[in-house]
Amino acid sequence: MSIDKDTARKVAHLARIRVEDDALPALADEFNRILGFIEQLNEVNVDGIEPMTSVTPQRLKRREDVVTEGDQADKILSNAPDAREGFFAVPKVVE
Amino acid sequence: MTDLNKLTIAEARDALKKGDVTSVELTEACLGAIEGAGALNAFVHKTPEIAMERARAADARLKGGDDAPAMCGIPVGIKDLFCTKGVESQAASGILGNFKPEYESTVSQNLADAGAVMLGKLNMDEFAMGSSNETSVYGDAVNPWKVDDRQLTPGGSSGGSASAVAADLCLAATGTDTGGSIRQPAAFTGTVGIKPTYGRCSRWGIIAFASSLDQAGPMTKNVRDAAIMLETMCSHDPKDSTSADIPVPHFEAMLTGDIKGKVIGIPKEYRMDGMPAEIEKLWADGTEMLKDAGAKIIDISLPHTKYALPAYYVIAPAEASSNLARYDGVRYGHRAKLAAGEGIVDMYEKTRAEGFGHEVQRRVMVGTYVLSAGFYDAYYNRARKVRALIKRDFDEAFDQGVDAILTPATPSAAFGLGEMAEADPVQMYLNDVFTVTVNLAGLPGISVPAGLDKQGLPLGLQLIGRPWEEGDLLNVAYALEGAAGFVSKPEKWW
Repeated sequence: MSIDKDTARKVAHLARIRVEDDALPALADEFNRILGFIEQLNEVNVDGIEPMTSVTPQRLKRREDVVTEGDQADKILSNAPDAREGFFAVPKVVE
Repeated sequence: MTDLNKLTIAEARDALKKGDVTSVELTEACLGAIEGAGALNAFVHKTPEIAMERARAADARLKGGDDAPAMCGIPVGIKDLFCTKGVESQAASGILGNFKPEYESTVSQNLADAGAVMLGKLNMDEFAMGSSNETSVYGDAVNPWKVDDRQLTPGGSSGGSASAVAADLCLAATGTDTGGSIRQPAAFTGTVGIKPTYGRCSRWGIIAFASSLDQAGPMTKNVRDAAIMLETMCSHDPKDSTSADIPVPHFEAMLTGDIKGKVIGIPKEYRMDGMPAEIEKLWADGTEMLKDAGAKIIDISLPHTKYALPAYYVIAPAEASSNLARYDGVRYGHRAKLAAGEGIVDMYEKTRAEGFGHEVQRRVMVGTYVLSAGFYDAYYNRARKVRALIKRDFDEAFDQGVDAILTPATPSAAFGLGEMAEADPVQMYLNDVFTVTVNLAGLPGISVPAGLDKQGLPLGLQLIGRPWEEGDLLNVAYALEGAAGFVSKPEKWW
């Protein structure tokens, strides 16, 4: 499996990271080296093996479905790059 | 007393309880050492006001009676990955520029509750992605160890923590370990670092890298201190669904140094091609020391070891790509300036391109790729199956009666900053070849300084324990530490 410039562009877009056109060939090259390393996994016989989901067998804890925290909009907005009238502000999303 | 910053936790605790020293004196000594150590670039956000306030509170608590916790009044550094209320917590990333959390991580809260004194935040690789502390937005942290003109890496990602402890800027520090980020920097700086069993320390409030692998742990001057500080850091936390609801033992009380009859496994697969002779010798010497202390040494096989790094470099980037999706310029941190007509997708893409460094971008994109439609099974699911096999290797070794496994901690001593700049990214990843298996299997692992290489730089050995048996593991490490007798310290040049 080899990644070309177009695939690199697609991956960058999926990751929502702007990569300029002239940087794509080097990026594709890096991907290929890393994926080449990862390809070793194909040597392993994994027949009948379940993918690991948790290192310790455990059932996630449950609790009562009640509000434990809340009413702290100011704190939640305190680090926002642009907060107005109790909301996060972003560029127009819907035309 | 002079040079109070050079004390260990245990020494300081005993002196505090006797009234020979105050926390204010200890804290002032550390703050002075930090002021004089700008060249190490270890502390990146200093919090002297918080430190002095907590030191005074600790002194008041210590005066109140004998029941003050062991960490009461002990000055420590906190890795920048831990959210600390009202104090910059950036994961050494530009994308979290000026982020000041409104909350405190559980681990740093546990330390604060015990009376520990926070001196400031410590340098690290950006989002804990790196093995040399060279991906930090704050610039490189520098190893206090030096043998020639070169500045050496303290390792990574907890490079600032390792540098600060080795240089006596603090008595101890917190670290986090996703693939070796506590144990490799400990080995590079002649300090002790333990990554506990996955689930021992709450991950709540620790900026996430790869959630199924991340664990916090202490970085200290010796094994006893690691036992003391780890106990304080551990707790069951309902705010982390993977936090273990089991009692935390009194680890320090388990340090008897008696390991007679303990079974130590030596895994043949860790004898890598091209392993430097001095690493091989260190490992053989460590094996001999444990044998002399009465342990039974057996050869074991962990056949899937070779595949741990490639599995890690699927799983960790995949989890990182999900975890780091939250940095979108909306809720916190950096937001790119937009040109007229640019919309929200431009905002995301420009914000993340400007805010993330190169290594983080690369790993997020690799993670995105291995999770994308058509590749999920071939890469991500296959890696998780290999991970299950790696864990099974360890389970089988422990089923044979093995109590702990001895390996080298790193394939080399600390290297020069910038020396790996032109190398393939995979070359840098090889730093974690001996440590990463432990994260994949969720096991506790500790790095203990065991000798110097021919240049005079510290080398570490790693011990891997059974799940939840940190107490036993620390005791084997304590015996190894005693036998190795590592007492070297870096000569002050900074």
